[in-house]
Amino acid sequence: MTTIEVLIHDLVEKHGKNRNALMPVLQGVVACEKFLSEEAMIAVARELDLSAADVYGTASFYTFLDTKPRGKNIIRVCKTISCHMQGKDAIIKAIESHLMVKVGETSPDKKFTLLSANCLGWCHKGPVMLINDEVFPSVTPEKAIEIIENFAKKTI
Amino acid sequence: MDQKPLKKIDIIFGWDERCTPIQVVEKTIKKTPENIILDMIDSGLKGRGGAGFPTGLKWKFTRNEESEVKYVICNADEGEPGTFKDREILDKVPEKIFAGMTICGYVIGAREGYIYVRGEYNFMLKTLQQKIDIFNQQLHDMKVDFHVYLRSGSGAYVCGEESALFESMEGKRGEPRNKPPYPTVAGYNNKPTVINNVETLVYTSEICRMGPEQFKALGTNDSRGSKVFSVSGDTPIAGIYELELGMPLRDFVDEFGDGDTKAIQVGGASGHCVPRKKFNDTIIGFEGIPTGGSMMIFNSSRSMYNVLHDYLEFFTEESCGQCTPCRIGCQQLLKGIEAVKKGERPPTYLDDLKRLTATMKIAAKCGLGQSVANPFTSIVDNFREEIIY
Repeated sequence: MTTIEVLIHDLVEKHGKNRNALMPVLQGVVACEKFLSEEAMIAVARELDLSAADVYGTASFYTFLDTKPRGKNIIRVCKTISCHMQGKDAIIKAIESHLMVKVGETSPDKKFTLLSANCLGWCHKGPVMLINDEVFPSVTPEKAIEIIENFAKKTI
Repeated sequence: MDQKPLKKIDIIFGWDERCTPIQVVEKTIKKTPENIILDMIDSGLKGRGGAGFPTGLKWKFTRNEESEVKYVICNADEGEPGTFKDREILDKVPEKIFAGMTICGYVIGAREGYIYVRGEYNFMLKTLQQKIDIFNQQLHDMKVDFHVYLRSGSGAYVCGEESALFESMEGKRGEPRNKPPYPTVAGYNNKPTVINNVETLVYTSEICRMGPEQFKALGTNDSRGSKVFSVSGDTPIAGIYELELGMPLRDFVDEFGDGDTKAIQVGGASGHCVPRKKFNDTIIGFEGIPTGGSMMIFNSSRSMYNVLHDYLEFFTEESCGQCTPCRIGCQQLLKGIEAVKKGERPPTYLDDLKRLTATMKIAAKCGLGQSVANPFTSIVDNFREEIIY
């Protein structure tokens, strides 16, 4: 078995071999791999006895279940109204020029993917960004770059 | 009109050492389920997620269904722009949520409870699971046959709609179902299910702790009790506040505004925009404008065109795409206001767009598409010039 097949097998052992386990299994794969490759979705389908199209159908519905390759760290900057009013544009601009990417793209060294997100639930402390699962409220452009630099150092 | 002045309350986040959540469970399950339901109905508690269905009735209907298996689900898929109270409750007093779920389980005859937390709050899953494990152990020691489980979402606003949430938990696309059947009859796994908002469940355990009278004494006839508000936007004191229901919006603006408040969006992107001239005669509660708790304040430096544009972009992206009125409607509204702004369409085109929202209100399958009319008409009617010029 390939590493991804082993991972999926373990996740299915943990969450159960039925349709209700599909979300936790896909979330488990994304937590390790950052996205769902074709290979991963086919393996999940086989393990849970579903059609691959069904697995893709579910995965493609959810913003956090990416089916496109992503960088090792995923940055999501909130773009909804409260963060908009508190200066999310400046944050995105600073990150774009620092990583030399546009929203939706992955940096050439594959360390970061920059995305925008709908309301992250920190409207009183905007602008806010998530890096992977970690949350960073009340960021300034300078602080955002500093945080990203720290992640870059930790990422091999 | 029945109303109450603005008053800060401390029920949700308060902590009673002499009666902790697990002790509330212990004390409450000595009563009969029927009596607990009567207490809930008597308290006047209505759902705090936004829709405002009477909680006691929801529990009663589910109890009356015959089924070996039933479920309690805590809807923690808080995604309405401007709302962040559930995150704070999950973080500060999760035991109160578990207690509410357990009591509900006892009342309706369910042995399993699930908390569905939005994916954006993944950072808290580990701590939350640890607290759930402790609580489950306490239930086990007390020989209470109920277990709390944790599930997480993956970034889809529409999954806050109850039937979409069930679909998601069942490993499917989060597309809302047709209703009826309602969740009380066929919810998660098509079994009778009570699905309550985080805050609602906390109030149920608090009503069991202090009795319905104390809760009922707060608020107005149509809006009993208090409510947690998420305050954001142009305010010097953004944050989370528990306030008595039934206050005039004027009181709220005086307390939280920055002195230059132009409008308040009550109830998030899917709620209503109230302009300055209507602050005095708007009541926050089920008799006036109900809200899931989102209060976004805009001062006169803000363009209401940008606000509406943000909301429409939000709905266009978050529409599940299942039904045509919502999928196409949201896109056309967004394109429509852009066209009017650029002068490619005459100002009267806004009236055509308003008719489109009226169609969406009756033809869209779920609350998402139906409620787009709220922000659209309230912003366009009150700030027409800002949308056009």
